[in-house]
Amino acid sequence: MKANAMTEDAIVSLKEIKKSYDGVRTLDGIDLELRPGEALGLIGHNGAGKTTLMKIILGLIEPSAGKAKVFGMNPSGGLHGAVAQRWGFLPEAVNFSGAMSGLEALRFYARLKGSDVRKCPEQLASVGLTDAAHKRLKAYSKGMRQRLGLAQALLGKPELLLLDEPTTGLDPDFTRTFYRLIDERRQAGAAVILSSHALAELEPHVDRLLVLQQGKCIAQGDLSALRVQTGLPVRIRVSGDDGAVREKLADLADVQSNRINGRTVEFICPPEQKMALIELVCRTRGVEDLQIELPNLDRIYSHYSKQGNTGKAEGGTEQ
Amino acid sequence: MRAAFVIARQEFLDALRNKWVLSATLVLAGFALTLAYLGSAPVGTVGVAPLGVTVVSLSSLTVFLLPLLGLLLSYDAVVGESERGTLLLLLSYPVRRWQFLMGKFLGHLVVLTVAVVMGYGAAGLFAAWQLDNITAQEACAYGVMMASSILLGAVFVGLGYTISSFVRERATAAGMALSVWLGLVVIYDFILLGVLTKGGDFLGNGLFNGLLLANPADAYRLLNLSSFDVTANLTGMAGLASNGQATAIASLISLALWVAVPTVVAGLIFSRREP
Repeated sequence: MKANAMTEDAIVSLKEIKKSYDGVRTLDGIDLELRPGEALGLIGHNGAGKTTLMKIILGLIEPSAGKAKVFGMNPSGGLHGAVAQRWGFLPEAVNFSGAMSGLEALRFYARLKGSDVRKCPEQLASVGLTDAAHKRLKAYSKGMRQRLGLAQALLGKPELLLLDEPTTGLDPDFTRTFYRLIDERRQAGAAVILSSHALAELEPHVDRLLVLQQGKCIAQGDLSALRVQTGLPVRIRVSGDDGAVREKLADLADVQSNRINGRTVEFICPPEQKMALIELVCRTRGVEDLQIELPNLDRIYSHYSKQGNTGKAEGGTEQ
Repeated sequence: MRAAFVIARQEFLDALRNKWVLSATLVLAGFALTLAYLGSAPVGTVGVAPLGVTVVSLSSLTVFLLPLLGLLLSYDAVVGESERGTLLLLLSYPVRRWQFLMGKFLGHLVVLTVAVVMGYGAAGLFAAWQLDNITAQEACAYGVMMASSILLGAVFVGLGYTISSFVRERATAAGMALSVWLGLVVIYDFILLGVLTKGGDFLGNGLFNGLLLANPADAYRLLNLSSFDVTANLTGMAGLASNGQATAIASLISLALWVAVPTVVAGLIFSRREP
Protein backbone atom coordinates (compact mmCIF):
# COMPACT_ATOMS: atom_id res chain seq x y z
CA MET A 1 0.00 0.00 0.00
CA LYS A 2 2.73 2.35 0.95
CA ALA A 3 4.68 1.75 -2.25
CA ASN A 4 1.54 2.54 -4.18
CA ALA A 5 1.08 5.86 -2.42
CA MET A 6 4.69 6.76 -3.18
CA THR A 7 4.15 6.06 -6.86
CA GLU A 8 1.10 8.26 -6.84
CA ASP A 9 2.84 11.34 -5.56
CA ALA A 10 5.84 10.80 -7.81
CA ILE A 11 6.01 13.42 -10.57
CA VAL A 12 7.95 11.15 -12.86
CA SER A 13 7.76 7.40 -12.67
CA LEU A 14 9.58 5.24 -15.18
CA LYS A 15 9.56 1.46 -15.08
CA GLU A 16 11.81 -0.73 -17.19
CA ILE A 17 11.93 1.81 -20.00
CA LYS A 18 13.47 0.50 -23.19
CA LYS A 19 13.88 2.24 -26.48
CA SER A 20 15.48 0.92 -29.63
CA TYR A 21 15.97 2.44 -33.04
CA ASP A 22 16.36 -0.06 -35.87
CA GLY A 23 17.43 -2.77 -33.43
CA VAL A 24 19.93 -0.56 -31.63
CA ARG A 25 19.16 -0.05 -27.94
CA THR A 26 19.25 3.61 -26.99
CA LEU A 27 17.76 2.99 -23.57
CA ASP A 28 17.82 -0.30 -21.75
CA GLY A 29 15.68 -0.85 -18.70
CA ILE A 30 15.61 2.54 -16.99
CA ASP A 31 13.77 2.89 -13.68
CA LEU A 32 13.25 6.26 -12.14
CA GLU A 33 11.04 7.89 -9.53
CA LEU A 34 11.17 11.60 -9.01
CA ARG A 35 9.15 13.36 -6.33
CA PRO A 36 8.36 17.05 -5.77
CA GLY A 37 11.37 19.09 -4.73
CA GLU A 38 13.88 16.54 -5.93
CA ALA A 39 16.62 17.39 -8.38
CA LEU A 40 18.15 14.67 -10.48
CA GLY A 41 21.42 14.99 -12.33
CA LEU A 42 21.43 13.00 -15.52
CA ILE A 43 24.99 12.33 -16.51
CA GLY A 44 26.67 10.34 -19.23
CA HIS A 45 28.66 10.70 -22.41
CA ASN A 46 27.16 12.08 -25.59
CA GLY A 47 24.83 9.48 -27.03
CA ALA A 48 24.34 7.76 -23.69
CA GLY A 49 20.58 8.30 -23.98
CA LYS A 50 20.05 11.42 -21.86
CA THR A 51 18.05 13.32 -24.48
CA THR A 52 16.07 10.20 -25.43
CA LEU A 53 15.10 9.77 -21.80
CA MET A 54 13.89 13.37 -21.62
CA LYS A 55 11.90 12.94 -24.84
CA ILE A 56 10.17 9.91 -23.35
CA ILE A 57 9.28 11.83 -20.19
CA LEU A 58 7.93 14.65 -22.38
CA GLY A 59 5.82 12.19 -24.35
CA LEU A 60 7.54 13.15 -27.60
CA ILE A 61 8.53 9.58 -28.31
CA GLU A 62 7.03 6.37 -27.05
CA PRO A 63 9.20 3.79 -25.31
CA SER A 64 9.58 0.44 -27.09
CA ALA A 65 8.85 -1.26 -23.78
CA GLY A 66 8.18 -0.26 -20.19
CA LYS A 67 5.86 2.21 -18.53
CA ALA A 68 6.24 5.96 -18.27
CA LYS A 69 4.02 8.06 -16.06
CA VAL A 70 4.29 11.78 -15.57
CA PHE A 71 1.91 13.44 -13.10
CA GLY A 72 0.25 10.03 -12.96
CA MET A 73 -0.56 10.00 -16.66
CA ASN A 74 0.92 8.54 -19.80
CA PRO A 75 2.72 11.57 -21.28
CA SER A 76 2.31 10.46 -24.89
CA GLY A 77 -1.36 9.63 -24.43
CA GLY A 78 -4.44 11.67 -25.14
CA LEU A 79 -3.96 13.97 -22.17
CA HIS A 80 -0.64 15.34 -23.38
CA GLY A 81 -2.07 18.87 -23.28
CA ALA A 82 -3.01 18.63 -19.61
CA VAL A 83 0.41 17.36 -18.50
CA ALA A 84 2.39 19.53 -20.90
CA GLN A 85 1.06 22.61 -19.16
CA ARG A 86 2.74 21.53 -15.95
CA TRP A 87 6.28 21.06 -17.20
CA GLY A 88 8.98 23.27 -18.64
CA PHE A 89 11.62 22.04 -21.05
CA LEU A 90 14.88 23.55 -22.21
CA PRO A 91 16.27 21.54 -25.12
CA GLU A 92 19.95 21.29 -25.84
CA ALA A 93 21.18 24.23 -27.95
CA VAL A 94 17.72 25.80 -27.98
CA ASN A 95 16.74 27.70 -31.12
CA PHE A 96 13.91 30.02 -32.06
CA SER A 97 12.43 31.22 -35.30
CA GLY A 98 14.54 34.22 -36.28
CA ALA A 99 11.87 36.63 -37.47
CA MET A 100 10.50 37.37 -34.00
CA SER A 101 11.93 39.51 -31.24
CA GLY A 102 12.74 37.98 -27.87
CA LEU A 103 9.62 39.40 -26.27
CA GLU A 104 7.39 38.28 -29.13
CA ALA A 105 8.81 34.77 -28.92
CA LEU A 106 8.21 34.58 -25.18
CA ARG A 107 4.64 35.86 -25.65
CA PHE A 108 4.07 33.22 -28.30
CA TYR A 109 5.14 30.47 -25.93
CA ALA A 110 3.12 32.00 -23.08
CA ARG A 111 0.01 31.94 -25.28
CA LEU A 112 0.65 28.32 -26.20
CA LYS A 113 0.97 27.39 -22.56
CA GLY A 114 -2.00 29.49 -21.53
CA SER A 115 0.02 31.59 -19.09
CA ASP A 116 -0.24 35.33 -18.56
CA VAL A 117 1.21 37.25 -21.53
CA ARG A 118 1.45 40.47 -19.52
CA LYS A 119 4.10 38.96 -17.27
CA CYS A 120 6.48 38.34 -20.17
CA PRO A 121 8.54 41.57 -19.88
CA GLU A 122 9.09 40.81 -16.19
CA GLN A 123 10.13 37.24 -17.01
CA LEU A 124 12.60 38.50 -19.62
CA ALA A 125 14.04 40.83 -17.00
CA SER A 126 14.60 37.92 -14.62
CA VAL A 127 16.94 36.31 -17.15
CA GLY A 128 18.61 39.63 -17.92
CA LEU A 129 17.19 40.16 -21.39
CA THR A 130 15.37 43.46 -20.90
CA ASP A 131 17.73 45.34 -23.20
CA ALA A 132 17.41 42.71 -25.91
CA ALA A 133 13.62 42.33 -25.60
CA HIS A 134 12.94 44.02 -28.91
CA LYS A 135 15.93 42.72 -30.75
CA ARG A 136 15.35 40.15 -33.47
CA LEU A 137 16.26 36.62 -32.42
CA LYS A 138 18.55 36.37 -35.45
CA ALA A 139 20.87 38.77 -33.67
CA TYR A 140 20.86 36.79 -30.41
CA SER A 141 24.08 35.15 -29.28
CA LYS A 142 24.12 31.57 -28.08
CA GLY A 143 24.08 32.70 -24.46
CA MET A 144 21.13 35.00 -25.09
CA ARG A 145 19.17 32.20 -26.75
CA GLN A 146 19.92 30.04 -23.73
CA ARG A 147 18.60 32.79 -21.42
CA LEU A 148 15.42 33.06 -23.45
CA GLY A 149 15.26 29.27 -23.39
CA LEU A 150 15.29 29.36 -19.60
CA ALA A 151 12.62 32.08 -19.53
CA GLN A 152 10.29 29.96 -21.67
CA ALA A 153 10.98 26.84 -19.59
CA LEU A 154 9.94 28.74 -16.45
CA LEU A 155 6.65 29.99 -17.98
CA GLY A 156 3.59 29.10 -15.96
CA LYS A 157 5.54 28.02 -12.87
CA PRO A 158 6.21 24.42 -13.96
CA GLU A 159 6.10 21.56 -11.45
CA LEU A 160 8.62 19.62 -13.49
CA LEU A 161 11.67 21.13 -15.18
CA LEU A 162 13.70 19.25 -17.76
CA LEU A 163 16.92 20.96 -18.70
CA ASP A 164 19.18 19.42 -21.31
CA GLU A 165 22.77 20.70 -21.13
CA PRO A 166 21.42 24.06 -19.96
CA THR A 167 24.57 25.93 -19.08
CA THR A 168 26.67 25.38 -22.20
CA GLY A 169 27.46 28.78 -23.65
CA LEU A 170 26.49 30.70 -20.52
CA ASP A 171 28.91 33.06 -18.83
CA PRO A 172 29.79 32.22 -15.21
CA ASP A 173 27.81 35.19 -13.98
CA PHE A 174 24.58 34.10 -15.58
CA THR A 175 25.26 30.48 -14.71
CA ARG A 176 24.86 31.53 -11.07
CA THR A 177 21.58 33.34 -11.83
CA PHE A 178 20.51 30.29 -13.78
CA TYR A 179 20.98 27.92 -10.87
CA ARG A 180 19.38 30.42 -8.49
CA LEU A 181 16.22 30.47 -10.64
CA ILE A 182 16.22 26.68 -10.85
CA ASP A 183 16.73 26.30 -7.11
CA GLU A 184 13.85 28.72 -6.50
CA ARG A 185 11.49 26.53 -8.50
CA ARG A 186 12.78 23.50 -6.68
CA GLN A 187 12.18 25.06 -3.29
CA ALA A 188 8.65 25.82 -4.46
CA GLY A 189 8.20 22.08 -4.91
CA ALA A 190 9.15 21.47 -8.52
CA ALA A 191 11.05 18.37 -9.54
CA VAL A 192 14.10 19.05 -11.68
CA ILE A 193 16.03 16.92 -14.13
CA LEU A 194 19.33 18.42 -15.23
CA SER A 195 21.73 16.93 -17.69
CA SER A 196 25.15 18.44 -17.88
CA HIS A 197 28.76 17.90 -18.72
CA ALA A 198 29.86 20.53 -16.27
CA LEU A 199 29.76 18.13 -13.33
CA ALA A 200 31.48 20.42 -10.86
CA GLU A 201 28.88 23.16 -11.23
CA LEU A 202 26.04 20.63 -11.21
CA GLU A 203 27.04 19.10 -7.89
CA PRO A 204 25.53 21.61 -5.44
CA HIS A 205 22.23 21.73 -7.33
CA VAL A 206 21.26 18.08 -7.54
CA ASP A 207 20.57 15.62 -4.77
CA ARG A 208 20.43 12.49 -6.85
CA LEU A 209 22.30 11.13 -9.81
CA LEU A 210 21.47 8.82 -12.63
CA VAL A 211 24.55 7.75 -14.57
CA LEU A 212 23.78 6.54 -18.06
CA GLN A 213 26.13 4.62 -20.24
CA GLN A 214 25.09 3.35 -23.64
CA GLY A 215 21.47 3.37 -22.61
CA LYS A 216 22.02 1.51 -19.37
CA CYS A 217 21.70 2.98 -15.92
CA ILE A 218 25.03 2.15 -14.31
CA ALA A 219 24.44 4.00 -11.06
CA GLN A 220 21.57 5.77 -9.37
CA GLY A 221 21.14 7.22 -5.94
CA ASP A 222 21.84 10.21 -3.76
CA LEU A 223 25.29 11.71 -3.89
CA SER A 224 26.53 10.66 -0.46
CA ALA A 225 25.37 7.07 -0.92
CA LEU A 226 27.11 6.90 -4.28
CA ARG A 227 30.26 8.29 -2.71
CA VAL A 228 30.34 5.45 -0.20
CA GLN A 229 29.30 2.91 -2.79
CA THR A 230 32.17 3.80 -5.10
CA GLY A 231 34.67 3.29 -2.27
CA LEU A 232 36.58 6.24 -3.65
CA PRO A 233 39.06 7.56 -1.09
CA VAL A 234 38.55 10.71 0.91
CA ARG A 235 41.55 13.03 0.92
CA ILE A 236 42.35 14.68 4.22
CA ARG A 237 45.12 17.24 4.37
CA VAL A 238 46.58 17.94 7.72
CA SER A 239 49.01 20.79 8.40
CA GLY A 240 50.95 21.52 11.50
CA ASP A 241 54.29 23.01 12.52
CA ASP A 242 55.70 20.12 14.46
CA GLY A 243 57.42 17.54 12.31
CA ALA A 244 57.40 14.89 15.04
CA VAL A 245 53.65 15.16 15.45
CA ARG A 246 53.31 14.80 11.73
CA GLU A 247 55.40 11.65 11.66
CA LYS A 248 53.50 10.21 14.58
CA LEU A 249 50.20 10.82 12.87
CA ALA A 250 51.42 9.17 9.70
CA ASP A 251 52.42 6.10 11.71
CA LEU A 252 49.19 5.85 13.61
CA ALA A 253 46.79 6.09 10.76
CA ASP A 254 46.63 2.88 8.83
CA VAL A 255 46.21 4.73 5.56
CA GLN A 256 48.28 5.87 2.64
CA SER A 257 49.87 9.27 3.07
CA ASN A 258 51.77 11.70 0.90
CA ARG A 259 53.93 14.62 1.94
CA ILE A 260 52.74 17.70 0.11
CA ASN A 261 55.35 20.02 1.64
CA GLY A 262 57.16 20.51 4.87
CA ARG A 263 53.99 21.48 6.69
CA THR A 264 51.31 19.35 5.10
CA VAL A 265 50.54 15.66 4.76
CA GLU A 266 47.74 14.28 2.66
CA PHE A 267 45.99 11.12 3.80
CA ILE A 268 44.14 9.08 1.26
CA CYS A 269 41.67 7.05 3.24
CA PRO A 270 38.79 4.73 2.39
CA PRO A 271 35.40 6.35 3.10
CA GLU A 272 34.57 4.00 5.98
CA GLN A 273 37.74 5.09 7.87
CA LYS A 274 37.11 8.77 7.38
CA MET A 275 35.55 9.46 10.78
CA ALA A 276 38.16 7.43 12.68
CA LEU A 277 40.96 9.33 11.01
CA ILE A 278 39.38 12.72 11.66
CA GLU A 279 38.94 11.83 15.31
CA LEU A 280 42.57 10.86 15.50
CA VAL A 281 43.68 14.06 13.82
CA CYS A 282 41.68 16.14 16.23
CA ARG A 283 43.25 14.43 19.22
CA THR A 284 46.79 14.96 17.95
CA ARG A 285 48.68 17.91 19.39
CA GLY A 286 50.21 20.42 17.00
CA VAL A 287 47.71 20.01 14.19
CA GLU A 288 46.76 23.49 12.98
CA ASP A 289 44.51 22.87 10.04
CA LEU A 290 42.46 20.18 8.45
CA GLN A 291 40.99 20.00 4.95
CA ILE A 292 38.62 17.26 3.84
CA GLU A 293 38.14 16.65 0.14
CA LEU A 294 35.32 14.28 -0.70
CA PRO A 295 35.37 12.58 -4.10
CA ASN A 296 33.62 15.03 -6.42
CA LEU A 297 31.13 14.33 -9.15
CA ASP A 298 33.87 14.11 -11.76
CA ARG A 299 35.59 11.32 -9.85
CA ILE A 300 32.35 9.52 -9.12
CA TYR A 301 31.37 9.70 -12.75
CA SER A 302 34.69 8.52 -14.09
CA HIS A 303 34.66 5.67 -11.57
CA TYR A 304 31.28 4.48 -12.83
CA SER A 305 32.01 4.95 -16.47
CA LYS A 306 35.20 2.88 -16.15
CA GLN A 307 33.27 0.22 -14.28
CA GLY A 308 30.54 0.31 -16.92
CA ASN A 309 33.11 -0.18 -19.65
CA THR A 310 34.69 -3.23 -18.08
CA GLY A 311 31.23 -4.61 -17.29
CA LYS A 312 30.31 -4.27 -20.90
CA ALA A 313 33.53 -5.94 -22.08
CA GLU A 314 32.83 -8.94 -19.84
CA GLY A 315 29.31 -9.19 -21.15
CA GLY A 316 30.73 -9.19 -24.65
CA THR A 317 33.09 -12.12 -24.02
CA GLU A 318 30.34 -14.18 -22.43
CA GLN A 319 28.40 -14.02 -25.62
CA MET B 1 -7.99 24.39 -30.76
CA ARG B 2 -6.52 27.51 -29.17
CA ALA B 3 -3.04 26.17 -29.82
CA ALA B 4 -3.81 25.94 -33.55
CA PHE B 5 -4.87 29.59 -33.62
CA VAL B 6 -1.78 30.70 -31.71
CA ILE B 7 0.42 28.92 -34.25
CA ALA B 8 -1.62 30.25 -37.20
CA ARG B 9 -1.26 33.79 -35.90
CA GLN B 10 2.47 33.37 -35.47
CA GLU B 11 2.83 31.86 -38.92
CA PHE B 12 1.04 34.79 -40.50
CA LEU B 13 3.03 37.36 -38.50
CA ASP B 14 6.25 35.63 -39.56
CA ALA B 15 5.15 35.77 -43.20
CA LEU B 16 4.40 39.48 -42.81
CA ARG B 17 7.72 40.06 -41.07
CA ASN B 18 9.90 38.30 -43.62
CA LYS B 19 8.07 40.08 -46.49
CA TRP B 20 6.49 36.86 -47.76
CA VAL B 21 3.01 38.38 -47.89
CA LEU B 22 4.28 41.55 -49.51
CA SER B 23 6.27 39.83 -52.24
CA ALA B 24 3.55 37.29 -53.04
CA THR B 25 0.98 40.11 -53.25
CA LEU B 26 3.22 42.18 -55.49
CA VAL B 27 3.93 39.27 -57.82
CA LEU B 28 0.25 38.41 -58.13
CA ALA B 29 -0.77 42.05 -58.55
CA GLY B 30 1.96 42.63 -61.14
CA PHE B 31 0.90 39.66 -63.25
CA ALA B 32 -2.81 40.40 -62.86
CA LEU B 33 -2.46 44.07 -63.80
CA THR B 34 -0.24 43.25 -66.77
CA LEU B 35 -2.67 40.64 -68.03
CA ALA B 36 -5.67 42.88 -67.46
CA TYR B 37 -4.00 45.63 -69.41
CA LEU B 38 -2.22 43.62 -72.10
CA GLY B 39 -4.39 40.49 -72.15
CA SER B 40 -5.77 41.38 -75.57
CA ALA B 41 -2.39 42.11 -77.15
CA PRO B 42 -2.24 38.68 -78.87
CA VAL B 43 -5.39 39.57 -80.78
CA GLY B 44 -4.06 42.95 -81.82
CA THR B 45 -5.32 45.45 -79.31
CA VAL B 46 -3.63 47.08 -76.38
CA GLY B 47 -5.83 48.37 -73.61
CA VAL B 48 -7.90 47.00 -70.81
CA ALA B 49 -9.40 43.74 -72.03
CA PRO B 50 -12.94 42.68 -71.21
CA LEU B 51 -13.00 41.05 -67.78
CA GLY B 52 -13.84 37.65 -69.28
CA VAL B 53 -10.57 37.72 -71.24
CA THR B 54 -8.67 38.60 -68.07
CA VAL B 55 -10.25 35.70 -66.21
CA VAL B 56 -9.11 33.32 -68.94
CA SER B 57 -5.55 34.60 -69.19
CA LEU B 58 -5.14 35.07 -65.44
CA SER B 59 -6.41 31.61 -64.56
CA SER B 60 -4.05 30.08 -67.14
CA LEU B 61 -1.22 31.77 -65.30
CA THR B 62 -2.57 30.95 -61.85
CA VAL B 63 -2.47 27.26 -62.66
CA PHE B 64 1.31 27.52 -62.66
CA LEU B 65 1.84 30.23 -60.07
CA LEU B 66 -0.40 29.38 -57.11
CA PRO B 67 0.78 25.75 -56.81
CA LEU B 68 4.32 27.08 -56.70
CA LEU B 69 3.44 29.64 -54.02
CA GLY B 70 1.62 27.00 -52.00
CA LEU B 71 4.54 24.59 -52.10
CA LEU B 72 7.07 27.32 -51.31
CA LEU B 73 5.06 28.26 -48.22
CA SER B 74 4.65 24.75 -46.95
CA TYR B 75 7.52 22.47 -47.98
CA ASP B 76 9.60 23.20 -44.89
CA ALA B 77 6.72 23.51 -42.40
CA VAL B 78 7.77 20.37 -40.53
CA VAL B 79 11.23 19.46 -41.78
CA GLY B 80 12.42 23.08 -41.57
CA GLU B 81 11.32 23.43 -37.94
CA SER B 82 12.85 20.07 -37.23
CA GLU B 83 16.18 21.08 -38.78
CA ARG B 84 16.29 24.44 -37.01
CA GLY B 85 15.57 22.66 -33.76
CA THR B 86 12.39 24.59 -33.00
CA LEU B 87 10.05 21.61 -33.44
CA LEU B 88 11.25 19.70 -30.39
CA LEU B 89 10.56 22.66 -28.11
CA LEU B 90 7.20 23.45 -29.70
CA LEU B 91 5.93 19.89 -29.35
CA SER B 92 6.87 19.86 -25.66
CA TYR B 93 4.14 22.50 -25.28
CA PRO B 94 0.46 21.60 -24.93
CA VAL B 95 0.17 21.30 -28.71
CA ARG B 96 -1.00 18.16 -30.42
CA ARG B 97 0.49 17.21 -33.77
CA TRP B 98 -2.71 17.86 -35.69
CA GLN B 99 -3.05 21.24 -33.97
CA PHE B 100 0.43 22.14 -35.13
CA LEU B 101 -0.40 21.26 -38.75
CA MET B 102 -3.83 22.86 -38.53
CA GLY B 103 -2.21 26.05 -37.23
CA LYS B 104 0.34 26.06 -40.02
CA PHE B 105 -2.44 25.41 -42.54
CA LEU B 106 -4.64 28.24 -41.28
CA GLY B 107 -1.69 30.64 -41.22
CA HIS B 108 -0.62 29.73 -44.73
CA LEU B 109 -4.21 29.92 -45.96
CA VAL B 110 -4.47 33.47 -44.65
CA VAL B 111 -1.19 34.36 -46.39
CA LEU B 112 -2.52 33.02 -49.71
CA THR B 113 -5.88 34.69 -49.21
CA VAL B 114 -4.35 38.08 -48.50
CA ALA B 115 -2.02 37.80 -51.50
CA VAL B 116 -4.77 36.69 -53.91
CA VAL B 117 -7.44 39.07 -52.66
CA MET B 118 -5.10 42.05 -52.69
CA GLY B 119 -3.18 41.12 -55.83
CA TYR B 120 -6.00 39.93 -58.04
CA GLY B 121 -8.50 42.21 -56.33
CA ALA B 122 -6.40 45.23 -57.25
CA ALA B 123 -6.36 44.17 -60.89
CA GLY B 124 -10.10 43.48 -60.81
CA LEU B 125 -10.82 46.93 -59.38
CA PHE B 126 -8.49 48.52 -61.91
CA ALA B 127 -10.37 46.75 -64.74
CA ALA B 128 -13.72 47.72 -63.27
CA TRP B 129 -12.60 51.33 -63.12
CA GLN B 130 -11.38 51.31 -66.73
CA LEU B 131 -14.25 49.39 -68.28
CA ASP B 132 -17.81 50.57 -68.30
CA ASN B 133 -19.52 47.38 -69.35
CA ILE B 134 -19.01 44.59 -66.88
CA THR B 135 -21.72 42.00 -66.79
CA ALA B 136 -22.77 40.33 -63.58
CA GLN B 137 -21.57 37.04 -65.02
CA GLU B 138 -18.11 38.44 -65.69
CA ALA B 139 -17.85 39.79 -62.16
CA CYS B 140 -19.02 36.47 -60.84
CA ALA B 141 -16.47 34.58 -62.96
CA TYR B 142 -13.74 36.85 -61.62
CA GLY B 143 -14.84 36.23 -58.04
CA VAL B 144 -14.93 32.48 -58.58
CA MET B 145 -11.48 32.68 -60.14
CA MET B 146 -10.10 34.44 -57.04
CA ALA B 147 -11.71 32.01 -54.63
CA SER B 148 -10.67 28.93 -56.57
CA SER B 149 -7.12 30.28 -56.89
CA ILE B 150 -6.91 30.28 -53.08
CA LEU B 151 -8.30 26.75 -53.08
CA LEU B 152 -5.72 25.65 -55.65
CA GLY B 153 -2.97 27.16 -53.52
CA ALA B 154 -4.36 25.33 -50.48
CA VAL B 155 -4.16 22.01 -52.37
CA PHE B 156 -0.45 22.47 -52.80
CA VAL B 157 0.02 23.71 -49.25
CA GLY B 158 -1.40 20.37 -48.12
CA LEU B 159 0.84 18.47 -50.53
CA GLY B 160 3.79 20.45 -49.19
CA TYR B 161 2.99 19.28 -45.63
CA THR B 162 2.83 15.68 -46.77
CA ILE B 163 6.31 16.01 -48.24
CA SER B 164 7.55 17.96 -45.24
CA SER B 165 6.33 15.41 -42.69
CA PHE B 166 7.80 12.57 -44.69
CA VAL B 167 11.38 13.60 -45.45
CA ARG B 168 14.37 14.05 -43.14
CA GLU B 169 16.08 16.95 -44.89
CA ARG B 170 14.93 20.30 -46.14
CA ALA B 171 16.75 19.95 -49.45
CA THR B 172 14.94 16.67 -50.16
CA ALA B 173 11.64 18.39 -49.42
CA ALA B 174 12.46 21.20 -51.86
CA GLY B 175 13.34 18.70 -54.59
CA MET B 176 10.21 16.66 -54.01
CA ALA B 177 8.05 19.78 -53.97
CA LEU B 178 9.45 20.77 -57.35
CA SER B 179 8.76 17.27 -58.72
CA VAL B 180 5.18 17.37 -57.48
CA TRP B 181 4.72 20.75 -59.12
CA LEU B 182 6.17 19.58 -62.43
CA GLY B 183 4.25 16.32 -62.31
CA LEU B 184 0.82 17.71 -61.55
CA VAL B 185 0.98 21.03 -63.31
CA VAL B 186 3.06 20.31 -66.42
CA ILE B 187 3.75 16.65 -67.15
CA TYR B 188 0.27 15.31 -66.39
CA ASP B 189 -1.22 17.47 -69.14
CA PHE B 190 1.47 16.50 -71.63
CA ILE B 191 0.78 12.82 -71.06
CA LEU B 192 -2.95 13.35 -71.33
CA LEU B 193 -2.46 15.31 -74.56
CA GLY B 194 -0.14 12.64 -75.92
CA VAL B 195 -2.62 9.87 -75.22
CA LEU B 196 -5.35 11.97 -76.79
CA THR B 197 -3.42 12.57 -80.05
CA LYS B 198 -2.10 9.02 -80.31
CA GLY B 199 -5.52 7.49 -80.18
CA GLY B 200 -7.90 9.30 -77.98
CA ASP B 201 -10.83 7.25 -79.19
CA PHE B 202 -10.45 4.59 -76.54
CA LEU B 203 -10.45 7.39 -73.99
CA GLY B 204 -14.14 7.96 -73.82
CA ASN B 205 -15.44 11.44 -73.14
CA GLY B 206 -16.34 10.39 -69.62
CA LEU B 207 -12.92 8.95 -68.83
CA PHE B 208 -11.18 11.98 -70.28
CA ASN B 209 -13.28 14.32 -68.15
CA GLY B 210 -12.59 12.10 -65.17
CA LEU B 211 -8.84 12.28 -65.76
CA LEU B 212 -9.03 16.04 -65.99
CA LEU B 213 -11.02 16.24 -62.78
CA ALA B 214 -8.59 13.93 -61.03
CA ASN B 215 -5.81 16.49 -61.32
CA PRO B 216 -6.24 19.58 -59.15
CA ALA B 217 -4.69 21.91 -61.74
CA ASP B 218 -7.02 20.64 -64.45
CA ALA B 219 -9.99 20.74 -62.11
CA TYR B 220 -9.13 24.40 -61.54
CA ARG B 221 -8.93 24.96 -65.32
CA LEU B 222 -12.26 23.26 -65.88
CA LEU B 223 -13.88 25.34 -63.18
CA ASN B 224 -12.63 28.64 -64.54
CA LEU B 225 -12.52 28.06 -68.26
CA SER B 226 -15.69 26.17 -68.87
CA SER B 227 -18.25 26.70 -66.18
CA PHE B 228 -19.23 30.22 -67.23
CA ASP B 229 -20.46 30.91 -70.77
CA VAL B 230 -18.43 34.09 -70.87
CA THR B 231 -15.16 32.19 -70.48
CA ALA B 232 -16.17 28.90 -72.10
CA ASN B 233 -16.95 30.65 -75.37
CA LEU B 234 -13.58 32.39 -75.29
CA THR B 235 -11.62 29.20 -74.71
CA GLY B 236 -13.53 26.91 -76.99
CA MET B 237 -14.22 24.66 -74.05
CA ALA B 238 -17.94 25.11 -74.35
CA GLY B 239 -18.18 21.74 -76.05
CA LEU B 240 -15.91 19.95 -73.62
CA ALA B 241 -18.12 20.52 -70.68
CA SER B 242 -21.55 21.19 -71.98
CA ASN B 243 -23.04 21.14 -68.53
CA GLY B 244 -21.31 24.07 -66.85
CA GLN B 245 -22.88 23.74 -63.45
CA ALA B 246 -22.18 20.03 -63.08
CA THR B 247 -18.55 20.60 -64.13
CA ALA B 248 -18.21 23.41 -61.62
CA ILE B 249 -19.51 21.26 -58.80
CA ALA B 250 -17.36 18.29 -59.81
CA SER B 251 -14.23 20.49 -60.00
CA LEU B 252 -14.96 21.99 -56.63
CA ILE B 253 -15.37 18.53 -55.10
CA SER B 254 -12.09 17.46 -56.68
CA LEU B 255 -10.28 20.52 -55.33
CA ALA B 256 -11.80 20.07 -51.87
CA LEU B 257 -10.69 16.43 -51.79
CA TRP B 258 -7.24 17.47 -52.94
CA VAL B 259 -7.06 19.86 -50.00
CA ALA B 260 -8.40 17.40 -47.44
CA VAL B 261 -6.68 14.14 -48.35
CA PRO B 262 -3.01 15.29 -48.49
CA THR B 263 -3.49 17.38 -45.32
CA VAL B 264 -4.91 14.41 -43.44
CA VAL B 265 -2.17 12.15 -44.81
CA ALA B 266 0.39 14.72 -43.67
CA GLY B 267 -1.17 14.65 -40.21
CA LEU B 268 -0.96 10.85 -40.07
CA ILE B 269 2.68 10.78 -41.17
CA PHE B 270 3.57 13.61 -38.82
CA SER B 271 1.95 11.92 -35.82
CA ARG B 272 4.32 8.97 -36.32
CA ARG B 273 7.38 11.15 -36.74
CA GLU B 274 9.81 11.28 -33.83
CA PRO B 275 11.06 14.80 -33.25
